[in-house]
Amino acid sequence: MTSNRPRIVRLVDVKDESSTVRTMTFRDDLCSKAKPGQFIMVWIPGVDEIPMSISVIKEDLAGLTVREVGEASKTLFDIKAGGTIGIRGPYGNGFTPIIGKVMIIGAGTGLAPLMPLTEILAERSASIDMIIGGKTIDEFVFVDRAKRALFKTKSRLVTTTEDGSHGIRGLATDAILPILREKSTDIIYTCGPELMMRKVFSIAQESGVPVQASLERVMKCGIGICGSCCIGKYRACKDGPVFDSPKLEEVKDEFGAFRRDHSGRIIKLSTN
Amino acid sequence: MEEPNLSVEISGFRMKNPLMLASGVLGISIGSLRRVHEAGAGAVVTKSIGYEPRVGYDNPTLVEVHGGYLNAIGLSNPGVKEFCKELSRSKIDDLPLVVSLFGAEPSEFKDMVSMLDGLKIKAYELNLSCPHVKGFGVEVGQDSRAIREIVEAVKEESGKTLFVKLSPNVTDMVKIAKVAEDAGADALTLINTIRAMSIDTETFRPILANKVGGLSGPAIKPIAIRCVYEVSKAVKIPIIGCGGVVDWQDAIEFFLAGAQAVQLGTVIAYRGPDIFEEIKRGIRNYLITKGRKSVREIVGLAHDF
Repeated sequence: MTSNRPRIVRLVDVKDESSTVRTMTFRDDLCSKAKPGQFIMVWIPGVDEIPMSISVIKEDLAGLTVREVGEASKTLFDIKAGGTIGIRGPYGNGFTPIIGKVMIIGAGTGLAPLMPLTEILAERSASIDMIIGGKTIDEFVFVDRAKRALFKTKSRLVTTTEDGSHGIRGLATDAILPILREKSTDIIYTCGPELMMRKVFSIAQESGVPVQASLERVMKCGIGICGSCCIGKYRACKDGPVFDSPKLEEVKDEFGAFRRDHSGRIIKLSTN
Repeated sequence: MEEPNLSVEISGFRMKNPLMLASGVLGISIGSLRRVHEAGAGAVVTKSIGYEPRVGYDNPTLVEVHGGYLNAIGLSNPGVKEFCKELSRSKIDDLPLVVSLFGAEPSEFKDMVSMLDGLKIKAYELNLSCPHVKGFGVEVGQDSRAIREIVEAVKEESGKTLFVKLSPNVTDMVKIAKVAEDAGADALTLINTIRAMSIDTETFRPILANKVGGLSGPAIKPIAIRCVYEVSKAVKIPIIGCGGVVDWQDAIEFFLAGAQAVQLGTVIAYRGPDIFEEIKRGIRNYLITKGRKSVREIVGLAHDF
């Protein structure tokens, strides 16, 4: 009955993805059954409780990937293997994996929910074009894991950096159209900075390709009652976090335009 | 059998049905409020708005317990100025919108109402009962003089319908209710959440960042029913019941206890906004079965015994 309480789990392993990003794994039956794109509320006792994508979904292991940015994520980042955290969830709808020709495009820790999705899609022998973007080579995460997954299927991995230090110089979204022109694509999955996702959505709309995008909003309750994660008429925590093209179209005045802070005030998304 | 009349009118505020969205749930954006209205709510109440913006407490702000939820969101809200913008930006003419307000001083309430009153909102609900924020809510709501001054100040500023939401965390609720009635409240909303706590056994810590929160959900319904029953006997103004309604039987129980309308909150965590339509149908069928023509006919029937 009382499933929405933190379960204390012990970290089995903590792995550096880059100098500022770590993946932490733990054992939890519910998270091992999660859909890619679902999230958990992670309790760092005495500090905060924050929503995080489940980045590892295996039979006996689950995990999350954290970048040290705020107070909570810094504290979480420093917890070693053997340390404990509280988790509740999984919450949200998650991605709907299809069998077909898919494109996956992500950047930074936005790749976290896309990684278990990529692994599932690769098992189902879909054809996958994956685009991983970043500012510089130092910010790249998950490239090796992506290669290991994509090895199993007909696939291509494109990397882009703004400074040209890895892969193609430019934005991740620059790599979309050349691929769409070259071959038919059934769906695009995306997660990353919202302005990037907005661009992905615009390009996909023009090309007539459906999108599933995982959006980020301030989340307090995680179960669809507090309203802090509202976008249009939807609750990102319950009706999302994954929005498909019809829903993205419905919230297009907000998607890529603004979000709300912890008080509910509107914060415009900067275009720089 | 003719279709029973589900509409209610509370001191000039008309609703197509007696089910309202309780304050604090999905109430910070007009988009969310509109969705709940479209899902079948007769009226929707905003999250409580204060004079200044507040980010509220750190997480965890919510935890489930047997029979309900504990929350200590901490009255997070964008502040009245921003909220006025939110209202002006959206089309709200057709929305049965009640704005919930909290504050510490009568002057604060008065200032907020003067800013809001020109907008197309239908009523106010004063949150004099939040159980977990120092200096606001129940700390105001157990002080008879504060209640009187606040209600009088708001009535002086606005002709709109005024609900006052009261706390069960007081020694004598009937006394407080009478003070609000005397001061000019048009209706009373009973009850707000109840001060409560939950501790994690692994880490020995209180789970909520604020340690203490407010309990909502089925666990508090019998308390709310008792409050509605006692207060409705003692006052003449209408009562809006609130606390732990999860199905139509619960709603009926509130009507029988003396409530003219009921508010739904926590049930949305269990069942989503579609619960409004389901409870509405249940009330309709109940009235038909009992041969009653309207909700109004069954209000307070438990008082006959």
